[in-house]
Amino acid sequence: MTQRSTLSHLDWLEAEAIHIMREVAGQCSNPVLLFSGGKDSICMLRLAEKAFRPGKFPFPLMHIDTGHNYKEVVAFRDKRAAELGERLIVRSVEDSMARGTVVLKHEGESRNKHQSVTLLEAIEEFGFDACIGGARRDEEKARAKERIFSFRDEFGQWDPKNQRPELWSLYNARSHKGENIRAFPISNWTEMDVWQYIEREGLELPSIYFAHTRPVVMRQGAIVPVNVPLVSGEVANPSRAGEQIIDLQVRFRTVGDISCTAPVESDADTVEKIVLETATTTITERGATRLDDQTSDASMEQRKKEGYF
Amino acid sequence: MTAQVEDHGLLRFLTCGSVDDGKSTLIGRLLFDTKTILADTLSAIAKTSEKRGMGAVDLSLLTDGLQAEREQGITIDVAYRYFSTGTRKYIIADAPGHEQYTRNMVTAASTANLAIILIDARKGVLTQTRRHSKLASLVGIPHLIVAINKMDLADYSQETYERIKGEYLEFAAKVGIEDIRFIPLSALNGDMIVDRGDNLNWYDGPTLLEMLETAPAAHTEHTEKFRFPVQYVCRPQDSANPDLHDYRGFMGRVEAGSIKVGDAVTVLPSGRESTVKAVQIGGVDIGEAFCEQSITLLLADEIDTSRGDMIVKSSEVPAAVKQIEATVCWMAEAPMDRARTYLIRHTTRDSKAKLAAIDHRLDVNTLEKVPAEKLAMNDIAQVTFKLAQPLFADPYLENRGTGAFIIIDESNNNTVGAGMIL
Repeated sequence: MTQRSTLSHLDWLEAEAIHIMREVAGQCSNPVLLFSGGKDSICMLRLAEKAFRPGKFPFPLMHIDTGHNYKEVVAFRDKRAAELGERLIVRSVEDSMARGTVVLKHEGESRNKHQSVTLLEAIEEFGFDACIGGARRDEEKARAKERIFSFRDEFGQWDPKNQRPELWSLYNARSHKGENIRAFPISNWTEMDVWQYIEREGLELPSIYFAHTRPVVMRQGAIVPVNVPLVSGEVANPSRAGEQIIDLQVRFRTVGDISCTAPVESDADTVEKIVLETATTTITERGATRLDDQTSDASMEQRKKEGYF
Repeated sequence: MTAQVEDHGLLRFLTCGSVDDGKSTLIGRLLFDTKTILADTLSAIAKTSEKRGMGAVDLSLLTDGLQAEREQGITIDVAYRYFSTGTRKYIIADAPGHEQYTRNMVTAASTANLAIILIDARKGVLTQTRRHSKLASLVGIPHLIVAINKMDLADYSQETYERIKGEYLEFAAKVGIEDIRFIPLSALNGDMIVDRGDNLNWYDGPTLLEMLETAPAAHTEHTEKFRFPVQYVCRPQDSANPDLHDYRGFMGRVEAGSIKVGDAVTVLPSGRESTVKAVQIGGVDIGEAFCEQSITLLLADEIDTSRGDMIVKSSEVPAAVKQIEATVCWMAEAPMDRARTYLIRHTTRDSKAKLAAIDHRLDVNTLEKVPAEKLAMNDIAQVTFKLAQPLFADPYLENRGTGAFIIIDESNNNTVGAGMIL
């Protein structure tokens, strides 16, 4: 037998992610894959194709929509699901607000953390026993300690001090009714790996990942997009009186709820340029762009304990 | 990007040491000097360092994860860190060194191919150094780097370094650890981590990063017997596409060896034989596949196969065993109950199991074998299990993928133990 050469790092990461997705499919009876239209979940769809084609995915796709998502991303989400011929479930934070299960402290409050409520409601509605998500350990310190298969109790809570030991690639996805498992196939990927994978696989992305000009204001040192048109016809992030609106060339490194995702100044208009920019950046992905994580150094851990991804 | 740059794959390693050995500082230093740490993170830890009244930026804060731990000022679980040099990607498993956390170290070691054992130059080889080294060898880590740290507090003395090296080699010979490399370091000042620095000019070996860059990545060393546990069976039965009507793909990851079209294979436990018709990823033919690749196998004959079965080459069929001897690390608060039945998960296969005998327990401090009646949390012991279903196993030291198992308590579904088949 001839010796093989070492797998490239992307091949290794891909093989690991495929293995994890198949473990979910093999061990869980009713999983779902969370798909937001963002870059990480776009990689997840390619990985699912590599894991399960020529068959259909053994799970539907689901998006928890805050109602404050960029139109371009929502359109991309629907287009991609249709191209793949896979079922897409959308559940909306606004429906939870209408039901009264989500109550905003004030009208402008970010709906990002309230996704947890809608997610838990959807899990109950469909009886999902596992959610596959595109979270990565390099994004955030709390995530660095979370298992690849992360057990959540009936309230969706993560208990960082009481995690199941996870050894080798022997994953334990067992749960009782009502509990569920969150599985993170790209736990071991970094932002750079994601971009390299997008480049290698030639994956299509929503346009807002590439440099474009949009109206923004500066708030507390962050670039905040303003007057963003929504699918509903409304406008998110209205500019405040006295603020100076400037047209800036920006791109998004991470895409989520409009109220808490800030772009970075950039002229990178191709994946290749983004890879180069990622290699030379001096600011972390979430540090630059997630307004919600800055509240407290430990805010992600807190959100996860409450059922967040 | 830049496909011209050689890709040396991915290396997973763990760092072992106690809070005081400067382990977090070492990791912080590796991340910092490879420019993995970005400006905003650095300014955040600079602020924290200042708040705590420290003169310089405390790099150990980089790896300091969860709220509870930050309050206690210690690391309590396994955390994973990432950096890349452009030619190789690294995953660091950061495991704490406290005695009561043997299970965390075993966990971190289970996926690592190299371990860095940290020694404080002022203290030399300690009980915990021996414990970490023994655990690393038990879990089958093929390469060890013994890093003699805090050389700045030992006058960068070559004599000190050589003395500790000698002590360690004497111990290693007894334990049977083979591939060991030594390096003097100051993680605090960055000497011999990524840059050589000016303080250790008597040392002419490679820097720590150079050692990591050239260490063999996972699974490149052995030619192994082909082992393919079936994870999932793909049967599209798409009425719109007659080509797929008879498609029956066995999906899994190659746990050892390699496979190509035309190879004669046997499916276990049925023992039915066939040949490989196609090797695919995502429905695309790739002809052959190697260890660690996730693939789909199509066989020439219709053989009833499902998750939990294993496909092997017909010339290399493993034994089906209903009793296993193994080294076990117990991981649950509740001791193992000899009267109870547990679930063993080995590859993609589960079997009910009962403890038949405890041969001995390993005292991780003295490294002596001692008699034992029970298994408590953090205990390591050699035991015998009786199994309800046969497993297709190889000795762990021959192949981790088919030699490892976890023990699950079915009452609460927790993973309560980890085992390595002898």
